[in-house]
Amino acid sequence: MASPLEQFKIESLIDLPRLGNYDVSYSNSALWMTVAVVVVTLFMVASTTRRALIPGRWQSMAELSYEFVANMLRENVGSAGMKFFPFIFTLFMFILAGNMLSMLPYSFAFTSHIIVTFGLALVVFIGVTIIGFVRHGAHFLGFFVPKGVPVVLLPLMIPIEVLSYLTRPVSLSIRLFANMMAGHTMMKVFAGFIISLGFIGGWAPLAADVALTGFEILVCFLQAYVFTVLTCIYLNDSIHLHH
Amino acid sequence: MERSAFGMTENDKPPSLDELDAQLREARRRLGGGTGQKDRPEGPTTSMNGLGLAFRIGTELVAGIAVGAGIGYALDRWLGTGPWLMVAFFFMGSAAGILNVYRAMGNLARRPTDDRP
Repeated sequence: MASPLEQFKIESLIDLPRLGNYDVSYSNSALWMTVAVVVVTLFMVASTTRRALIPGRWQSMAELSYEFVANMLRENVGSAGMKFFPFIFTLFMFILAGNMLSMLPYSFAFTSHIIVTFGLALVVFIGVTIIGFVRHGAHFLGFFVPKGVPVVLLPLMIPIEVLSYLTRPVSLSIRLFANMMAGHTMMKVFAGFIISLGFIGGWAPLAADVALTGFEILVCFLQAYVFTVLTCIYLNDSIHLHH
Repeated sequence: MERSAFGMTENDKPPSLDELDAQLREARRRLGGGTGQKDRPEGPTTSMNGLGLAFRIGTELVAGIAVGAGIGYALDRWLGTGPWLMVAFFFMGSAAGILNVYRAMGNLARRPTDDRP
């Protein structure tokens, strides 16, 4: 029986020469990232070419996704955050497409690799820090000094605040990767039980796997949502400078 | 001629897209521009927020401890100071993790009343 972890194996599809120390071959992970970008671009472009006053099905879906992200941004950051809408929307659609495409049989879940999610989280983290410094200059460092704390405790509190700030990209990336990997592994494990229990006993794990598939689709959406909403919250912190 | 481009077939003349756009812009400016940042304290996605929060909390603690221990370990290797910095940073990382969880919960409790300055 195939290992349930085999689905996460990175395979090179087109071998490219090494770039210094790095293997830059076009892998199945890169292929599915490309598919995600193409699917999102096609969806958004095709559904908004014929802009009707009364939207059709596809236009409604595009408008729904716009409204969903715009509301999220408006609620968590306020109108000052709408400037960053293109980035937030791209982030949400990319992660959502990656998660959802990974539910197709024989596809590859690139969001279940921590290096991918950590890369995304690092972009958010560095970007948000730069925005904070550009907007507030040295005042941004005041973000690490908690209000209403006795001066005696500040030498202890400031390192804790800095550490708490540094955990952001780590918790952001671990959450997405761990949920995707755990869910996909679970599905494969139960699928393996179906075969090994045979025609008589295999029905119970089959039912469990059907339920798990539905649950996993929910997780796919929710994790994309959580990643984006946390990005909004971090953006709010560096724009408005309070926790 | 503007209208015919969008394939309107009805006779009761709906407002043109330009007029609608101007009205929308005006309404948005009135809603969002005046009151500052927090327009709507209660969103339509409160149940989503609850489920999202449940997924959020767990990893915050783990990430805090991992980052603390990781930084301590790296500093120890760099400075050669035994296990001590790792121990110290482990505890500070745990504190940071708990602080993160506390803050996430505090935001949730504070959101409906919106008492931010």
